[in-house]
Amino acid sequence: MKNYYDIIVVGAGPAGSVAARFAAEQGVSVLMLEKDRDVGYPVRCGEAISKAGVEEFIPSDDKWIAARINKFSLNSPDKTEVIIEFQDAGYVLERRIFDYELAKKAADAGAEILTRAYVNGLLFENDKVAGVKYEFRGEQKEAKAKIVIGADGVESRVGRWAGLKTYVHFRNMECCTQVTAANIKVDSETLYFYFGKNVAPGGYFWVFPKGNNIANIGLGVSGIVGKDKSALSYLNDFINQHYSNAPILTSIAGGVPSSITLEKISAPGIMLVGDAARQVNPLSGGGIASGMIGGSIAGKIAGQAIKSNNLDLILSYDKAWHERLGKRHEIFERIKNGIFNFSDEKFNKIARSFNKIPYEKRTLGRLFATALVNQPSLLMDIAKVFVV
Amino acid sequence: MEQKFRQAKTGKLMIEILPDKCDFCGCCVGVCPEDAIELKEAIISIIDERCTNCAKCVWSCPIEVLKFNKEGVFAY
Repeated sequence: MKNYYDIIVVGAGPAGSVAARFAAEQGVSVLMLEKDRDVGYPVRCGEAISKAGVEEFIPSDDKWIAARINKFSLNSPDKTEVIIEFQDAGYVLERRIFDYELAKKAADAGAEILTRAYVNGLLFENDKVAGVKYEFRGEQKEAKAKIVIGADGVESRVGRWAGLKTYVHFRNMECCTQVTAANIKVDSETLYFYFGKNVAPGGYFWVFPKGNNIANIGLGVSGIVGKDKSALSYLNDFINQHYSNAPILTSIAGGVPSSITLEKISAPGIMLVGDAARQVNPLSGGGIASGMIGGSIAGKIAGQAIKSNNLDLILSYDKAWHERLGKRHEIFERIKNGIFNFSDEKFNKIARSFNKIPYEKRTLGRLFATALVNQPSLLMDIAKVFVV
Repeated sequence: MEQKFRQAKTGKLMIEILPDKCDFCGCCVGVCPEDAIELKEAIISIIDERCTNCAKCVWSCPIEVLKFNKEGVFAY
């Protein structure tokens, strides 16, 4: 282990691993530090992703695909079910294997990786970020770098230390808890979503199949909701009602920063990617694909900046991200805010009126258009991000 | 005075983490405006000098790990 690298990546989730890979592929030296003892574990995620989102970065592989999805089932409070079919929509992943494979790809590209390395501060030189302080097996260490990439997730502190405003308003924090349970008899090719004030106000409840009658069952609610009733309490209610005797294989909690991207995701010597940059799709709460995209852009620019010896180049990352996805996320945020406070009756009405559309013409875009038919400005937004 | 306000009459902190319940997910760290919570692999702690008792962490915790000791509020 050296104590000087061109680039140090903090966090070995999908965003960090892709950033490390894209940087290392350009022949610069990269170290990736992970605080946990295993890359990919513990999992903090519902694990669903679109096929296109995955395949931009890694060829599909059965060893990390738990289920192949081609249908969404969206359920309103009065149990009106809306089914939307897709071709090759995506997967429910085994994140612990998926993350591990992504990290292996970074290693193949030449990145060094160290687990159980907890970054607890930054080094500065002339007001520029110049490396990290980290604890490794009880010993305090330092490593210098020209560029630090913060991929340290929802709990990110790297950005704050560098002076970036990273704090998430608790309204925008989707507070999630999930169990992976056995003996759940659901269609293994369908993602199930449940809406309404009794199941997940201001968010949604999910049942995502993982094959062999195993499923991820969980929900996310805004921090505002958590003031009155916790996500855990909603989860327990749902499980008692529907799956009271299901064996629980894992049980986890997590936070999804469901806002638009931070105002600034780079500064001299530092770039933020993934959840740390708040690059989650604020409507779906999905962050694996968008985090990998953020990671790839950051990794590529960081590598170029080192090679061209022009470190100011990293400041172009903000714009590159904004063009690729940041703008879209602003649209998703507006749509989310449009439906955030819908009443149960409203959800029921939308579901019934959507079900009048011929089956083969049902798309997500049309569903949102049905939901927001009274808000013309949002209809334009929907047309920009969905096929209607 | 500020330091006093942070302490409950019982001597307990106004905001408390119940580590036995914690899943170390980092939700509270993300919503903390003061960078007052520290999360290592499976160690979580409040940095007392920075905490302002805003309770955003309490509301955001998905699994009821953080607790707000109301009885500890001083009436200034």
